[in-house]
Amino acid sequence: MHSSTGIVRVAGVLLAGALTLIGGLASGDSAVTPGSRAAGMDACVAPTDVMRRNHMEFLKHDRDRTVRKGVRDIEYSLAACIGCHAAEKGNGDYHPVNDEGQFCSGCHEYVAVSLTCFQCHSKKPEQKMSTLGALQGELDGDRFSGLQPGAAAIIDEQLQRLHAISREVSR
Amino acid sequence: MKHCKEQPEDLKRREFIGKTVLAAGAATVAPGVLLAVANAGSDSEGVNDGVRWGMLVDSNKCVDGCTKCVEACESENGIDRMQRPPGQDDAMWDAQRPQWIRKVKLRDKQTGEITNLPMMCQHCEFPPCVDVCPTGASFKRADGIVMVDRHTCIGCRYCMMACPYKARSFIHQNVDNQSIRTPRGKGCVESCNLCVHRIDAGGSTTACQDACSKDGHQAILFGDLKDPDSDLSKALRAQSSRQIRADLELNTGVRYTSV
Repeated sequence: MHSSTGIVRVAGVLLAGALTLIGGLASGDSAVTPGSRAAGMDACVAPTDVMRRNHMEFLKHDRDRTVRKGVRDIEYSLAACIGCHAAEKGNGDYHPVNDEGQFCSGCHEYVAVSLTCFQCHSKKPEQKMSTLGALQGELDGDRFSGLQPGAAAIIDEQLQRLHAISREVSR
Repeated sequence: MKHCKEQPEDLKRREFIGKTVLAAGAATVAPGVLLAVANAGSDSEGVNDGVRWGMLVDSNKCVDGCTKCVEACESENGIDRMQRPPGQDDAMWDAQRPQWIRKVKLRDKQTGEITNLPMMCQHCEFPPCVDVCPTGASFKRADGIVMVDRHTCIGCRYCMMACPYKARSFIHQNVDNQSIRTPRGKGCVESCNLCVHRIDAGGSTTACQDACSKDGHQAILFGDLKDPDSDLSKALRAQSSRQIRADLELNTGVRYTSV
């Protein structure tokens, strides 16, 4: 009787541990790299579980529209991913997102899925852009900065505001 | 009838007026909303064939020894960020590094007359590079810009063989530190895209044109060939110009005067 209670206790502790681990993975605080703009955000352009499953679809689906039809105001852009998820080094420079332990490679190494985006695409934001205010200032000042990293904002409201500004600027 | 009598005549009229005012209010709001939706639609449809981007180069104004357009292009498109592979000699590096625009010097063998001109992708209406591409990576946008979709380019270089203008470059090396606006990687072909990132952002000039104008030469004029009121169309109407290798009947988007 006594020993069986012990087993149950041990099993309970193990179960609780496993649940905590799964819970930790699911809540996903650990995936976002500290020091990136994303670390200070509530959510990505879509809920975290949707992003985890579908981010590659979002990017692949829209890239043809951008390259072949010139549609630049798409909701999901790789440049915006980089703008948000690259961690700052502290001197205005950024860690490449595919460096060991950084946002992209963190998961991709774990699941052994090779990542080829960055053979061609930039791994870092072009320049430091920590706030939306700064971004708006750039947009006001430079008509071409709609292409700068982070131009697609993080939440819909910001995104729409930015698009509105881009449209104004390009007129 | 009985129902009507229960309600005072006055109240019915008030109700009617109230509803009318509400409906009118809704109608005033609706066009604004619809307008916003329509704008979003046109943005996400992308480019259309209502425009055709082209260029006029006045080679009389193109100065011997000036390379401002080439430098501006390299800086605009991140070509100057490329590093020479360790151990590669000068000749190999010059032959292999990408070049979207280059200066060509012509000399008339009989008279000795020298003509300078910048040569780049001519953005043909019937581009041979698109004809030969086995994957469809080489393509022409609706607005006439001939481009390479690096997502589908397999680096076979047929397009480089097919191009009569030697306009395309192949990336032979691994590339680091790309610019956001011009992705670039080993194993793909690329060429002048008329600063497509500027056009998509609503711009109306290319980097080479800006640099040439800034230096006071104004040899390059960029614009819409289909718009009869554009500066480009007016200039083409006003003076005689020619296509390089017009005999190939590719109907190039880039034209030259004084050649």
